[in-house]
Amino acid sequence: MSSEPLLSVKAGGEYVELAAGGFWTASHAASLETLIAPHTQVSACARSLSIDMTGVQAFDTFGAWLLEKLLRSWRGKGLEANIVGLAEHYKGLFREVERTNSAPLEKRKSRLTQPLWWMESLGRRVEKLAYTLVPFLNMAGAFGLALVRTFTQPKSFRGTSTVHHLDRVGWQAVPIILLISFLIGCIIAQQGIFHFRQYGADIYVVDMVGVLVLREIGVLIVCIMVAGRSGSAYTAELGAMKMREEVDALRTMGFNPVTVLIIPRVLALVIAVPILTFLGSMAALYGGGLVAWQYGGMSPDIFITRLQQAISITHFSVGMIKAPFMALIIGLVSCSEGLLVKGSAESLGSRTTISVVKSIFLVIVMDGVFAIFFASVGM
Amino acid sequence: MDEAIIKVRDLEVGFDGVTVLDQLSLDVFKGEILGFVGGSGAGKSVLMRTIIGLIPKRAGSIEVFGVNLGQADEGQRKNVERHWGILFQQGALFSSLTVRQNVQFLMREYLQVSERLMDEVAIAKLEMVGLTAEDADKYPSELSGGMTKRVALARALALDPDILFLDEPTSGLDPISASDFDSLIRTLQQTLGLTVFMVTHDLESLYAVCDRIAVLADGKVVADGTIDKLMESEHPWVKSYFRGKRASMFARHSNQPAI
Repeated sequence: MSSEPLLSVKAGGEYVELAAGGFWTASHAASLETLIAPHTQVSACARSLSIDMTGVQAFDTFGAWLLEKLLRSWRGKGLEANIVGLAEHYKGLFREVERTNSAPLEKRKSRLTQPLWWMESLGRRVEKLAYTLVPFLNMAGAFGLALVRTFTQPKSFRGTSTVHHLDRVGWQAVPIILLISFLIGCIIAQQGIFHFRQYGADIYVVDMVGVLVLREIGVLIVCIMVAGRSGSAYTAELGAMKMREEVDALRTMGFNPVTVLIIPRVLALVIAVPILTFLGSMAALYGGGLVAWQYGGMSPDIFITRLQQAISITHFSVGMIKAPFMALIIGLVSCSEGLLVKGSAESLGSRTTISVVKSIFLVIVMDGVFAIFFASVGM
Repeated sequence: MDEAIIKVRDLEVGFDGVTVLDQLSLDVFKGEILGFVGGSGAGKSVLMRTIIGLIPKRAGSIEVFGVNLGQADEGQRKNVERHWGILFQQGALFSSLTVRQNVQFLMREYLQVSERLMDEVAIAKLEMVGLTAEDADKYPSELSGGMTKRVALARALALDPDILFLDEPTSGLDPISASDFDSLIRTLQQTLGLTVFMVTHDLESLYAVCDRIAVLADGKVVADGTIDKLMESEHPWVKSYFRGKRASMFARHSNQPAI
């Protein structure tokens, strides 16, 4: 094809002359690069280089830079290198490109060739790990302070915003929480019946479902759902607001971002999660009862009577007491991570991931702490 | 100068019952800088975004490099897209990539050249738009407004396009940076032989760099030509724009003759 770039040798030896032709453009940069490469190796006897550009049909930054590179490789050895016949309208571009890349290109740090790099990053990660709870504690402090201030100045409380968030994280979450808790209740009952039947202990399935759901599973399922559903939304929202400097704007107008943005969100969670836990637990018990009846052949009357014997109000309160504390953790983690978002889209994504992982982790740790606490107070 | 590189004919664009552009026709000629002005919300950006294919059109035709974009197949479209560069109003740099990676993004996609050449060309482009090699490893969030625009321009020029679309290139820049940016566009247009389609509000840009100006009002191009020609226009919006207080101030101080 005639559009291919060309570079032919007209004269060799001491005074090298090359003739260029065709398209010296971005589209042909790859072939041009291989075309030029052999000529950058200056032979020992060579004295000067002259390139005739008359035949060049198109010329752009890529061509200009490759030409300049060729010239520089000769000039770098103290030899003469010139071009002739470059079309007038390309001269401006060539002059512009001539001026660039004046400093030699720094070698980019290669990760593979530096085993120390790996050690360094490991060290940095461990160091960062030590501070992982700092933003959370920071946020807990700021939240507590702002809450106290809200009590002393009730006017600064954002009622509308709280109700709005309550609608989003509470009311709109009801269907999915009911469905998932219902299914979990069904599964626990089915597994229980399947295994307990071998010992003729079918009836204890009711104990297991009742205690497990009310004490642990009900609240945990709700918290994991809420962390994934609402916690991530909080982080992303606050992160986007941080990126667009909305948080800074609030601050300069004399508002405390914690009072305006975070108290309504966290408070909404603290109100919504116990309600969702209650609804979820009921759905799980219903699911368990349904499976016991349909799959286990246990009539609803027996199920309810056994449930009354097996569980007490204590089991119910244990689950319900935990709920608001879990909500507080999810709220504080997701809000503090949201405010840590930096300018890039990637940081928004990674903060949202961290927010969900950290809240679920802390919820489970907290659950363990509560288990120890309730055991020691005899609940 | 006679060859129309972008040909828009009877274009109609609208959203939910509101017609923004109505029977609009416009030519952009090879090698010129066309300034496109109009009131806020008149649809300047809509036209640009329709030409580059981000907004669907209701009727009419758009031809770029002689290819009717409405009927082009994927290959033709891609070929056209490879030959234009777009500078978005906010820069639209990829925030998770460094400046160097942003500039090299298209080169990686379309060219099979060595890493070293890509690095060198990327630095060359950055230096051509007035940045330095040290800026290459910064992330977009570490750049100032003016630098963001320059990087975005370098990215738009990555593959040496034939057409450059600029959406309000000088908005958000201080007057000194803005006029630097104007002259940069002028220089690059001359050295690279670009055709520039510039949506702008900036009267100074219009005086300093545009060869020709088209005015959008009521969904149509109501006037086009050199500044001198537009000065004589009787259309009320054009009149108040070019003969208003701010404009006459520029006309008095501007030493740059309108071409």
